This record gives sequence, structure tokens and C-alpha cells, in this order.
Amino acid sequence: MKAKVYVSLKPGILDPQGKAIQHSVELLGFTGIADVRQGKYFEIALSDSADPEQARESVNRMADEVLSNPIIEDYRVEIEG
Amino acid sequence: MKFGVIVFPGSNCDHDAYHVISKHVGQPVDFIWHRDTNLNSFDALIIPGGFSYGDYLRAGALARFSPVMESVKKFAAKGRFVLGICNGFQILCEAGLLPGALIRNRDLHFICEHVFVRVETSDTPFTNEMEAQSVLRIPIAHADGNYVCDDATLRELEQQDRIVLRYCDQNGEATAAANPNGSRDNIAGICSRERNVLGLMPHPERACEDLLGSSDGRDIFRSLAATLAGVV
Repeated sequence: MKAKVYVSLKPGILDPQGKAIQHSVELLGFTGIADVRQGKYFEIALSDSADPEQARESVNRMADEVLSNPIIEDYRVEIEG
Repeated sequence: MKFGVIVFPGSNCDHDAYHVISKHVGQPVDFIWHRDTNLNSFDALIIPGGFSYGDYLRAGALARFSPVMESVKKFAAKGRFVLGICNGFQILCEAGLLPGALIRNRDLHFICEHVFVRVETSDTPFTNEMEAQSVLRIPIAHADGNYVCDDATLRELEQQDRIVLRYCDQNGEATAAANPNGSRDNIAGICSRERNVLGLMPHPERACEDLLGSSDGRDIFRSLAATLAGVV
């Protein structure tokens, strides 16, 4: 079983890295880009015997307490069987 | 009075802080390894600058889980004094001892230069030997010093007179042009509600000798020593 956690800056928090990436992409000639936001992606391998609901709960807590800073970041958790 | 300088893997301003306390403040000081948890013999702690845990995950995020940090929280809860400089400020925010967060600098650069900061209040244990509105010239050295907080937090900081330092120009004006990293409201340092915990991005310990370009940082350590002299 695998958990995927996506962490991104909250809307409204300035993302200077995202802005710089957008600028570089546009320099390469790509057009029609309204905004780029960058973030972090975690893959957490879980033992196959883990209970999916319990796994989701504990990964949510990991994301809340460690992987993200709730003051500036949002997260999303996916559990894959 | 006894000072402690906490050392995490990756701290690199610990010796500067130690030097300033022993040489310029003239008081006993010890290093505290991040696995130590007994802080009973200390009256004030310095969480120094550097790159604790290599800034992995987020600056200051992993240091929060070091064993010493639970003791630091109890130490602060007793009203004892904690000074977090640069990475130390980031750690204090991640640990929830100070509100808000420090994100990547507005222009992405690592900035290492002397800046001007204005002392916004002399009503803290760290600034009581200075006049409010006085201007200090102190270096900054960081990539993640851009202070962010929500509107409610900013209002609370202002109402409770907890914004201790703001980036300013040499005349003491906190202009947008004098804001090196994009920090909200030019904030360079804030204190806790009980005023015994201060976090700041500038490095006063690097500004204690004229030979190094400025000795303005000494007033912060002098203030803390004067406070301790009154209570210890």
C-alpha cells in the first residue's frame, strides 16, 4: 500500500519559486500560462497489511503535524491499494 | 546568570553567540546539544542561526522534533528568556512558540548584507536598554526570511506591541524599498505574548565588534543581560 501526499502553498501566500518557474517557462516560448504554483510531493510506503482507513487517518496526521506547515500550506492525501 | 546556546546538527552561528556572551556580555555560557533535555541551570537560551537538519522539509521544521525542544517549550512557559536568531526564529515559528512562518525570500536570492532595522518597542527584555525608534545596522544572511502571517495575527501583534524590529532605511523609514525579503509589514523580529521569547532574522551576534562593520547588535545582548541582572 502506498500513500501520496501533495503539499502546496495556500492560495494568497506568495510563491516566488512558482513565479520564477512561470517566467522561465514563458521564456522558452510556452504561452497561455496563467499561474504556476510549486509544492512538495511525498510517497510513503505502507505495509500491505495496513488497514486503509487507519492508514489514511495516520497519514493525514503526518501531513498535518510534520509534512506541511498549516499556517502557510495545504495538503491532500491519496491512499493507493 | 547563565546563558545556553543550543546546538542542532547544522547550526553554524553557535560559536558566534557563545563568543558574544562570554566576551562582550561577560557572563557564563554553555553549549547545549540538541539531545540534552535538562535546562535547569540556565537563565536564558539562544537558538542560533545556521541550517539545522540542512533545512530539510522546511527551514526549522525538523529541529522542532529534537528532544531539547520540549524542554525549551517548558522553559519559555516558565517565563524564562529565549532568543531565536535567523534559523532560531524559523525554529521558534515551526515549534509554535511564535506566530506566523518564514518563507522563501521575495526575490529568491540568499541575501547576505548589512541592513537597517528599527527598534519598534523598548518594552521587551531584549530591547529595554535601547530607545524605541532607534536604528540599528545589523547583517542578515538568509534565503527564507520572508515573514508571513494572517491578518488577525498581524492585528494581534500590533495591538500587543509585539513587533520588535522592522526593516527600514538609514533614516528609520520602514519603506518597501528597505524591505529586503518581502516580509509582511517589514517585520524583522517579533516577541511572544508574554514578551520573553524573541525571534529575529538579523544576526546581532555578527554585529558586536566594530572590526566586523558594526557593533549595534551588542545592545540586544546588553538589554537581555540587564534584564537578567534584575531578576536572577
